[in-house]
Amino acid sequence: MNKILKLLNENPRLTNDQLAAMLGLDEKEVARAIAEYESEGVIGGYRAIVDWDKVDDCDKVTAMIELRVTPQRDKGFDGIAEEICAFPEVESVYLMSGGYDFNVCVTGRNFQEIALFVASRISTLDCVQSTTTHFLLKRYKDSGIMLSESEDDERGNYTL
Amino acid sequence: MINYDNLLCEKIKEVKPSGIRKFFDIAAEMEDVISLSVGEPDFKTPWHVRQTAIDSLQKGRTCYSPNSGFSILREEIAKYYKRRFNCDYDPLHEVLVTVGGSEAIDLTMRVLLNPGDEVLIPEPSFVCYKPIAQLSNAIPVAVETREEDGFKLNPEILKAAITPKTKLLVLPYPNNPTGAVMRRADLEAIADVIRGTDILVLSDEIYGELTYGEERHVSFADIDGMHERTVVVGGFSKSYAMTGWRLGYALAPAPICAAMTKLHQFAIMCAPTTAQYAAIEALKNGDPDIDEMRSEYDMRRRLVVNGFRSLGFNCFEPEGAFYIFPSIKHTGMTSTEFCEKLLRSKHVAVVPGNSFGDSGEGFIRVSYSYSIKHITEALERIKNFISEELGL
Repeated sequence: MNKILKLLNENPRLTNDQLAAMLGLDEKEVARAIAEYESEGVIGGYRAIVDWDKVDDCDKVTAMIELRVTPQRDKGFDGIAEEICAFPEVESVYLMSGGYDFNVCVTGRNFQEIALFVASRISTLDCVQSTTTHFLLKRYKDSGIMLSESEDDERGNYTL
Repeated sequence: MINYDNLLCEKIKEVKPSGIRKFFDIAAEMEDVISLSVGEPDFKTPWHVRQTAIDSLQKGRTCYSPNSGFSILREEIAKYYKRRFNCDYDPLHEVLVTVGGSEAIDLTMRVLLNPGDEVLIPEPSFVCYKPIAQLSNAIPVAVETREEDGFKLNPEILKAAITPKTKLLVLPYPNNPTGAVMRRADLEAIADVIRGTDILVLSDEIYGELTYGEERHVSFADIDGMHERTVVVGGFSKSYAMTGWRLGYALAPAPICAAMTKLHQFAIMCAPTTAQYAAIEALKNGDPDIDEMRSEYDMRRRLVVNGFRSLGFNCFEPEGAFYIFPSIKHTGMTSTEFCEKLLRSKHVAVVPGNSFGDSGEGFIRVSYSYSIKHITEALERIKNFISEELGL
């Protein structure tokens, strides 16, 4: 059944009928498995991978913020994460090993907006020791999809 | 002014140029063409294989190899055919490394055929056998394969095609363009027909690794008594996604292999050495790559067969290579009409079945050597074509 996840992860628009054909399963089995994955939260959602740089009149700036925090009594890291996740500006929150604790991806309309958000909403949280904000300059590949330029199929019909 | 028509040899003038060129020229001019027409893998050669080639260049290994190929490569090829297909070949006398499977086919015909010999070629099939037979002054004889037989070579039809002049039978399985395979029992039946004759067999097993289902590919040389009369043609192009490297091989009884090596030595010298180094790595460590690519092709195969069937095409279950061969007879069009119309109206390129012989008329070849996204987009366009243009 993991194969369904792998295929959907790469091609979320495959229909149940197509998935069933590819895996040699019954269409109903596929529908049931997917419903189960969705209800268990294994599949969290489906979304388009958009390269916003290519969209006209769309100002969107992204930053990766490294957070060092002091884990709180009772709540630990999870409580802090929950608090950060609640901000709509926040796209993703990951707990990290290594030099800092959380990697927080934030989007805004411009640099100032993000800087202001970090200064006023994140840095002010009790548990936050320090923040380092890295602005994203160019996206090459996102969620396994090449964004910068698609690779041309260089194959020709040189032989049958 | 020189009239070159008078200077070119008669035989090459007899060979017809590929009729499909015009069709692909139209496609090349169009924008936004989505093609399901190519005959090579979309995978890249596995990285470890490419790296080995790079290493060999960095070390300056840029000389000729022995005529028949590096001995270590011939040993690995022999081991590989034993490991995967249970055939025994002596690397010293029965293995020849060639410039692609194509050269091996050319050599086989040229060292075996005398003027007037007949070569039996199952059709539809890959387009090179007939012209090469012609250039060897032999007579190519098409042997029809039929949809109702799953495009396998029917032993009765074969028997009827055999004459005292029959010298060579080509067995191109797994088959391009139909995707048909010959299972062990099918091959046994063919062996029964030719056992006791002097007919030799050219078994083109270039797609051998791309056989789907529980059973693996069976080499014709593994059928009882057939080893001594068979030249197996294999290569790296399809199994390891190495088309551009141009590397293949022939496995043949020693006297035939020696004759082929003689011709190869004068015509080619040796296969490219960079490709040979890469091939050694592929054979030593590439089995998992083959299996991974095969399972990916298999999923696409099911996707595209299911797609065509649900659009109302009659499509027999292909079990090998990376093509499906659906019938378009229900549309009332010829293969060429169908393909040109589909190309012009939806910018989807597939290959008319009659490019592969007269018995391919009424069918199209669809390659699934493309990403799933590409295939689903093409299926969507074909669906619109069927409903808009044909009202089916």
